[in-house]
Amino acid sequence: MTKLTIVANDGTNFEVDAEDGSTVMENAIRNAVPGIEAECGGACACATCHVYVDDDWSEVVGSPDVMEEDMLDFAYDVRPTSRLSCQIKVKPELDGLVVHVPERQA
Amino acid sequence: MTQSVETDVVIIGAGPVGLFAVFELGLLDLECHLIDILDRPGGQCAELYPEKPIYDIPAWPVISGQDLTDRLMEQIKPFNPQFHFNRMVTALRKLDDGRFEVETDEDEVLRAKVVVVAAGGGSFQPKRPPIPGIEAFEGHSVFYAVRRMEEFRDHDLLIVGGGDSALDWTLNLHPIANSVTLVHRRPQFRAADDSVNKMFALRDEGALRFEVGQVSALSGEDGQLRSATLKGPESEFEVECTRLLPFFGLTMKLGPIADWGLNLHENLITVDTEKFETSEAGIFAIGDINWYPGKLKLILSGFHEAALMAQAARRIVRPDERVVFQYTTSSTSLQKKLGVK
Repeated sequence: MTKLTIVANDGTNFEVDAEDGSTVMENAIRNAVPGIEAECGGACACATCHVYVDDDWSEVVGSPDVMEEDMLDFAYDVRPTSRLSCQIKVKPELDGLVVHVPERQA
Repeated sequence: MTQSVETDVVIIGAGPVGLFAVFELGLLDLECHLIDILDRPGGQCAELYPEKPIYDIPAWPVISGQDLTDRLMEQIKPFNPQFHFNRMVTALRKLDDGRFEVETDEDEVLRAKVVVVAAGGGSFQPKRPPIPGIEAFEGHSVFYAVRRMEEFRDHDLLIVGGGDSALDWTLNLHPIANSVTLVHRRPQFRAADDSVNKMFALRDEGALRFEVGQVSALSGEDGQLRSATLKGPESEFEVECTRLLPFFGLTMKLGPIADWGLNLHENLITVDTEKFETSEAGIFAIGDINWYPGKLKLILSGFHEAALMAQAARRIVRPDERVVFQYTTSSTSLQKKLGVK
């Protein structure tokens, strides 16, 4: 189990014990984090699970691949630390990861 | 003039489940017309993930959204379904003779004894970019599609997006516009390389502008756009423009379905699990658009729902004829319909 903190846009912290191999999006949905819609169900085919990776973690999490970068074109207020949470796989190195939910999904 | 069509069944939505419904209804000798807002069959499979793999279609360990659509089209070919693409159903009402009348935004009316709503997540509509106050400019200075190029003649255009629509319209409109500025949040595009190269060549000639950034604000009065604020990587700046064309892809909206008087459960149509009929007899709902206890939004569940719906639809369309249950493997009459005997 890896600990994640998903910070909703109103500042509420959702602290989650995530299974390694699951995605950050799946954990957000399971824990009913507001603001993560995941319309396409995790196929990297929409941009409604957009999150900002906390600055301290963005290097460890890494940058989006080409397909995800393309999908991010459809997200709202994309920043350098933007990722689609369905494309972030939980692994032990991410223990303590913090991501922030944007003001709105596209 | 209003076009009018009489048929056995009108299917709203030409996604995988709407397509398979044609098959099940066809085996029972029912003729179908399908209406879809997209310009081709496949629904979400074609629009959202044509190239992405699906792993839970029985007997297909892996199949792409497009392949699944193509194979369903092949499977239903013997039944000669009639497609009405690029249309949104605007109204659905019951006629005095018990039939239903389905109206589309293309001045078209279809009448049938049975209507099947297989509308998935609703209709695909252009995504509105989250720019404050954009609503006030929509239809006056902000357009999500180009219907007539002439409407953009001599205007200062701001085109936003990085896909084929944004690039194609940049290239097509720049000869007639007063000026064209293309904005995309990064210098890489999802569009065809050829269009991207042409765009950059035109920019180098000074024929158009390309800016990296995102639109953060609009200004103007009475729906008439005057300028837009762009947030670039380094700074914010203003671009003068009288027309804005945002191309941010499509999103799904329930749309007019909510106004048809059907019982809903969290924006999904409530159905029974015997016939998948809605609160209105003769109107069925199958696939992702319906809800019943235990519902799973899976393509395979939609297929099952289509089969059961078809039995009930047949009893409505031909109440006096007995339906004999038959297998395609052994029934010569079904095989004749499929054109294999």
